[in-house]
Amino acid sequence: MQFSENWLRSLVNTDLNSQALSHALTMAGLEVEEMQPVAAPFAKVVVAKILTAEKHPDADRLQVCSVDVGLAQPVQIVCGAANARPGLIAPCALVGAELPGISIKQAKVRGVESFGMMCSSKELGISAEATGLLELDSDAVVGQSIREYLDLDDNLLTLKLTPNRSDCLSMIGIARDVAAITGAITSFEAISTVPAEVQVAKKVIVSESLACPRYCGRLISGINAKAGTPAWMVKRLERSGLRSISAVVDVTNYVLMALGQPMHAFDSAKLTGDISVRFAKPNESLDLLNDQSVQLKADDLVIADASGAVALAGIMGGKPTSVDSETTDIFLESAFFAPFVIAGKARRIGLSTDSSYRFERGVDFANTRNAIEYATTLIKQICGGVAGEVTEVMGELPARHAVKLRLDRLISVLGIPLTQAKVEQLLMQLSFSFTVSDAVFTVMAPSYRFDITIEEDLIEEIARLHGYDHIPATPPEARLTMLEAPEATRHHNKLRDSLVAAGYQELVNYSFVDESWERDLLGNDAPIKLKNPIASNLSVMRTSLWGGLLDSLVYNLNRKQERAFIFEIGATYYQQASSFTETTRIAGLAYGSTQPEQWAADGSEVDFFEIKAHVDALLGNPEVTKQLTYEKAEHNALHPGQTAKIYLDGIAIGWLGKLHPKWQQHYSLTKSTFLFELEVDALLSRQIPAYQEVSKLLPVRRDLAVVVDENIAVNKVLTAIKKANIPLLLEVGLFDIYQGQGIAENKKSLALSVLMHDTQRTLTDVDADAAIENLLQLLQNDFSAILRN
Amino acid sequence: MTDLTHLISEAQTDFANSASMNDLEVAKAKYLGKTGLLTDALKSLGKLSNEERPAAGAAINVVKQGVEAALTARREALLNAEQAKQLAQESIDVTLPARAQSQGGLHPVTLTLQRIEQLFHSIGFEVATGPEIETDFYNFTALNIPEDHPARAMHDTFYIDDAHVLRTHTSPVQVRYMENALKTHKTPPLKIIAPGRVYRVDSDATHSPMFHQVEGLWVDEDISFANLKGVVQDFLQKFFERDDLTVRFRPSFFPFTEPSAEMDMSWNGGWLEIGGCGMVHPEVFKHVNIDSEKYRGFAFGLGVERLTMLRYGVNDLRHFFNNDLRFLSQFK
Repeated sequence: MQFSENWLRSLVNTDLNSQALSHALTMAGLEVEEMQPVAAPFAKVVVAKILTAEKHPDADRLQVCSVDVGLAQPVQIVCGAANARPGLIAPCALVGAELPGISIKQAKVRGVESFGMMCSSKELGISAEATGLLELDSDAVVGQSIREYLDLDDNLLTLKLTPNRSDCLSMIGIARDVAAITGAITSFEAISTVPAEVQVAKKVIVSESLACPRYCGRLISGINAKAGTPAWMVKRLERSGLRSISAVVDVTNYVLMALGQPMHAFDSAKLTGDISVRFAKPNESLDLLNDQSVQLKADDLVIADASGAVALAGIMGGKPTSVDSETTDIFLESAFFAPFVIAGKARRIGLSTDSSYRFERGVDFANTRNAIEYATTLIKQICGGVAGEVTEVMGELPARHAVKLRLDRLISVLGIPLTQAKVEQLLMQLSFSFTVSDAVFTVMAPSYRFDITIEEDLIEEIARLHGYDHIPATPPEARLTMLEAPEATRHHNKLRDSLVAAGYQELVNYSFVDESWERDLLGNDAPIKLKNPIASNLSVMRTSLWGGLLDSLVYNLNRKQERAFIFEIGATYYQQASSFTETTRIAGLAYGSTQPEQWAADGSEVDFFEIKAHVDALLGNPEVTKQLTYEKAEHNALHPGQTAKIYLDGIAIGWLGKLHPKWQQHYSLTKSTFLFELEVDALLSRQIPAYQEVSKLLPVRRDLAVVVDENIAVNKVLTAIKKANIPLLLEVGLFDIYQGQGIAENKKSLALSVLMHDTQRTLTDVDADAAIENLLQLLQNDFSAILRN
Repeated sequence: MTDLTHLISEAQTDFANSASMNDLEVAKAKYLGKTGLLTDALKSLGKLSNEERPAAGAAINVVKQGVEAALTARREALLNAEQAKQLAQESIDVTLPARAQSQGGLHPVTLTLQRIEQLFHSIGFEVATGPEIETDFYNFTALNIPEDHPARAMHDTFYIDDAHVLRTHTSPVQVRYMENALKTHKTPPLKIIAPGRVYRVDSDATHSPMFHQVEGLWVDEDISFANLKGVVQDFLQKFFERDDLTVRFRPSFFPFTEPSAEMDMSWNGGWLEIGGCGMVHPEVFKHVNIDSEKYRGFAFGLGVERLTMLRYGVNDLRHFFNNDLRFLSQFK
């Protein structure tokens, strides 16, 4: 909310200067978002009158004026404004004045002496555009400082009000709070009742008294709608960010700003029959003042006449019944609409009006009548006319319940010592009525406070007025117990550390991605969609982190990076029927050479098995964790010959593979790209190490080579050996694979190292031979393996 | 018997002329080999009389020792030379750069989150998490923001469907945690922080549609607003490693806390907003069946990117999500 500081000061006599006032407001919860002077701090600009204006001898568009600036003698000023004419009263900057961007000096203009400059509002820096000299009213006193005359020593304050403080959406509301905060005295204009001059009234039927507990209406007839709004009102409205429209509309806006009561004026000639306040009927529609046509819903409260809805209650009036320059009779409305009935309704049709903004937060229902009297007074002053009776329909107004405040509770919640006397004083500053007994206050909040319903509301008010600054920063005292530290669960930071150690840089990508990534890269035709995405390429929730990694890769390659090892940990999102689940994944991408370019490495590029090592390492120490297994599989994004599905305990937990060449081409990548992604939770459990006896006997090693069909997956062979539990066999490792000369086509030779031991005695050759024989038998039976000579 | 003493100097010359071990062996054979001059001389001792033999033998031995000494000396010299040559060959430029390993690193937001977790862990806070696709109930209603409450409009919410949103803050984790604590018969004190991603429909130089928050919650019997200020100030001083930092509370409004405050931190002579906080609202306790007469709590929400920017002097929020490696690699 924006307003003029001077207007506020006319309502409350605080001694604080502008800065201090602004700070006090902010520290009391009325945050001053901006404070801007109305005009630059110029001087030597006065009200001046042009006495004569002669054409400049050497310039068609210039006039040589004799100007009365309030000195003994008129001064000569050369002026180029089209509206400069004898008799015009306008601002004049005297020699020595410093206007925004212009220093006024005595000068010769095309050979004629000029002793100042006649000014437009733009030249004074008080408006963005101007068409000529600022024309002042004929009552302006020549020679008076323009700052004084136009009240330019003023600031525009903008408050960022929280939704609970609707009472401060008006000048009297802010003035009241300034008084409460600073102890200053308010001085509000007395609002007098305007007696009915004619016995005319419109009948008002409120059929929804819960939604509209108070409605005041009044006919004023014979007004001059063309009357000009007085300058003081225009100025206050403008400084509140409201443009002057017409006298009647300006008055309703002024009352809104001054008292916080939204008002509406209908052209009563355009109304037919009685006024009713009711919910909209089926298929009812309304053309609003902003030219928007609204199809009304059953829970839209409307003001209606005999012909149908004429206004959306508390939000906006209708176009057909609006006041225009020909209007002579008006029906003025001042009502209290309950917050529940207005809340959300304006937003539903894409609107937020000054009226709806206030009603949905709460308007002072004790002021409804005052507002219509005040508006009547102002309209009669400006537009004339005769006022009819006020029709007032009163239902049940919101009750203000007594709220208890316990002094001991207050003290312990805030953590500061406060005396009963201090609390009493603060409640009085707030104009809250209260009684107190046994250190328990019973408090009644005024009608304009919609935010005082429970004890905490009062605690907050007391804290606010006492000053949050006066609450010390006190470390808590607490009973101490240690936190659990489960050793069988690893922290996900371990996964991060593992990849960082392998040279990967962590990224953070958006959780919403391009729909095409999901569809084309991942084969997901039904990703979770955002109803209101910020951009079309950020419209669906990701089910994989790869899209973001690839996008980041391209971003960095475009910035001359040659290689990228990158990873991310983050949620991926899934929908099952109407429920949503999230899985945290860790994904990595490797592109380019295994090591940075350097003299000490050959620049070889990453391959599948390099990255596989990084994936294996994620699981931590293999001695105390299970092993990941990899099976050949297919994935939309990956090369069909270099794709592995990753399993842990037989459960698929991720993928590893080389980016499919078609995607490599799509992203214009010149080198192979490897990707992996795993579920984080699966990687976090480990076993707590359990000691096993170390054998005192040395193991025996035998190497052998077997030839098998080339399609046989090596892991199958190694797993089968492990499963077979051949006696004495400790470990079988693969140390070479060979295809080529000496090996039949479609075959491969596997070189195995076999470690054997016996925990009880030294192994004999006979024992070892038997174990090897068992092994060979197994390989022969299961894989048709042949021992290579 | 002829005098053989001259053989010593001859052998010395021959050995000195041997440039390699092989040459030296050949030269050695000339004197000490099976048919070498000294071997022959020894063999010829048999021809001498018993009287002559000892003196002649002794003379030959003296010469033999002289030759052998010369041989050993030459052998050592040759070995030393050979070793020196090898060492010279093996010498490297120790000033060459080390074999470079790929350098990984953590995202700066992760660094901040880890520091926040570490600091709060040190006074007994556990980490709690919650879903990012949150129900309207947990994101709003349970936090005392009923439908059509003006505070909803302030949240610029991303909607998934009528009942689900992308969480606009980490505060729903408070509710989920307290609810769950009750189910598992865990009673206050409850002390958690809830770090995570949050979302708002807002994107410009100073707003990102996705950012990180850390929610803090402490529920206990005697926890106060002054304690909230104490904990936040302690955190900021430790996080920035500056004892002179102070925190300022400004009255504000959040439907799920009361009293509520905006937290400002003193920074370079001014104040910077770093989050919101307050005492847990009784309505929130009601939703999770915690007796608000017996227990009180405070809650706060900190902007992680903001803290990261201040900590490392980052001047543009957008850096965090552009993922430019030239930016990210500065944070190890």
